Amino acid sequence: MFPNSFEYMAPTTLAEAVELMQRHEYDAKVLSGGQSLLPMMKLRMAAPPILIDINSIDELRGWKEESGFLRIGALTRHSELENAVELRDRYPLLAETAVWIADPLVRNRGTIGGSLAHADPASDWGAAMLALHARVEGIGSGGERQIPMDDFFVDTFTTALEETEIATAVLVPKPAGRTAGRYLKIERKAGDFAIAGLAIHVVLASDGTVAEAGFGICACGPVPLRGKRAEEYLLGKKLTPETIDDVSRMVPEDADPEDDLRGSAAYKRDVLRVFAERGLSDIAKELQGEGVVG
Amino acid sequence: MKIQLRINGRTKESDVEPRKLLAYYLREDLGLTGTHIGCDTTNCGACTVLLDGKAVKSCTVLAVQADGCDVMTVEGLEGEDGLHPLQTAFWEEHGLQCGYCTPGVLMSGYALLQSNPQPSEAEIRSGISGNVCRCTGYVNIVKAIRSASAKLAGAADDTPSESAKEVAASGKKSD
Ligand SMILES: Cc1cc2nc3c(=O)[nH]c(=O)nc-3n(C[C@H](O)[C@H](O)[C@H](O)COP(=O)(O)OP(=O)(O)OC[C@H]3O[C@@H](n4cnc5c(N)ncnc54)[C@H](O)[C@@H]3O)c2cc1C
Ligand code: FES
Ligand code: FES
Repeated sequence: MFPNSFEYMAPTTLAEAVELMQRHEYDAKVLSGGQSLLPMMKLRMAAPPILIDINSIDELRGWKEESGFLRIGALTRHSELENAVELRDRYPLLAETAVWIADPLVRNRGTIGGSLAHADPASDWGAAMLALHARVEGIGSGGERQIPMDDFFVDTFTTALEETEIATAVLVPKPAGRTAGRYLKIERKAGDFAIAGLAIHVVLASDGTVAEAGFGICACGPVPLRGKRAEEYLLGKKLTPETIDDVSRMVPEDADPEDDLRGSAAYKRDVLRVFAERGLSDIAKELQGEGVVG
Repeated sequence: MKIQLRINGRTKESDVEPRKLLAYYLREDLGLTGTHIGCDTTNCGACTVLLDGKAVKSCTVLAVQADGCDVMTVEGLEGEDGLHPLQTAFWEEHGLQCGYCTPGVLMSGYALLQSNPQPSEAEIRSGISGNVCRCTGYVNIVKAIRSASAKLAGAADDTPSESAKEVAASGKKSD
């Protein structure tokens, strides 16, 4: 199977890529990991006349902590975050999530920037970045800007990025205390998109109360969604069997699933409830020690 | 577009259309038909090759993207003294039936053993989870990779590295 013909350009600097995007506007598409774009082009569901391959732009690779954020380059592959031992302690949700995306072969190519820009409702990074209250950094004709995750997903396969804008990085706020993260996902077969997925991020203050809470839901709505009710409720409280029980009933309230081949809406909501309960109980054990819960 | 890449250790130069996928370039332009095309929709892993050491689906990488890269296909496994121990293990353990998925499974298995020479059964299963086999039920594939891992470890023990020899010669123990 072949895509339609296209012109291929592989700039080596971000400035060059931005210039090419401006010049070619609607004709151009960014090629990152290619794990969503190339299959769509082969099926002729997409046929961009020009591909701007960003894989040779070193500025878009890797991560570093700076001014209150962990800055993850858009070109960072799923597998790199899966294996980033140095991030396990402070950003545990990254590896927790990465290992659930597709299969090892897709993870070796697919990128975090591409996954967010693609805006699949079942994007696992979408759920995780919502839970982490991250921001996407983009660059275009108007220069550089940061888009909070809450404003990033506009609709299925549609983001707040302009047609000519390139996502350059994801900014994850530095946690202000002891952190835990869990990613829970149910899929029909190994490596598939989620039936339902839930990202949980918790930071405890020194007195044991919840200082930060984040819930991200995928495959249960037109875009990945944030579990705001659960977040607000949990702030300032301790993780106890009672609060966990309350929260697990709030998470599905922020979901908007539909009946489809993967399952009924009622089933998906129930999965989210069980995931919230399971994930938080696990986090409570990790951060507060055995015996506090249950 | 002109591209230059290393394939199984040899440098190749070609002129390819940008829309040509790496799997088709390998098979049609270079005659390396060991790399199979199963689904052609990024789902089966039959087309798995190593791109700069990482296992990827070559039906979902453009040939022009491999410009300047190192590509290893199943043809690159065999050495001067015959089949690679991983290939022998698949033979001995009946890790294949029709063989269609086998080149891809071998490349994923090879990549796994490169990064994790002693994988557990669970690690093997997750390591090959991007490769679909419709015949074997995976049991013998897992056995074959375990057996290869043991063979390779055994081979490493039999032929101590230069530094190990030096340590032995100087009478020191390295634990
Ligand atoms: C078999 C299979 C299973 C999968 N399973 C899952 C799964 O379980 N969970 C999951 O989350 N994903 C899954 N995916 C999708 C995978 O994670 C993709 O890697 C991801 O969706 C897209 O990232 P990419 O880097 O490959 O982007 P590409 O395919 O290169 O691009 C995707 C889109 O984003 C645009 N784009 C890319 N990068 C940028 C940028 N920097 N700036 C602006 N626009 C950009 C492109 O123009 C294109 O429109 C699966 C894919 C396959 C093939
Ligand atoms: S042929 Fe490439 S994944 Fe199936
Ligand atoms: S041996 Fe037939 S598909 Fe694997």
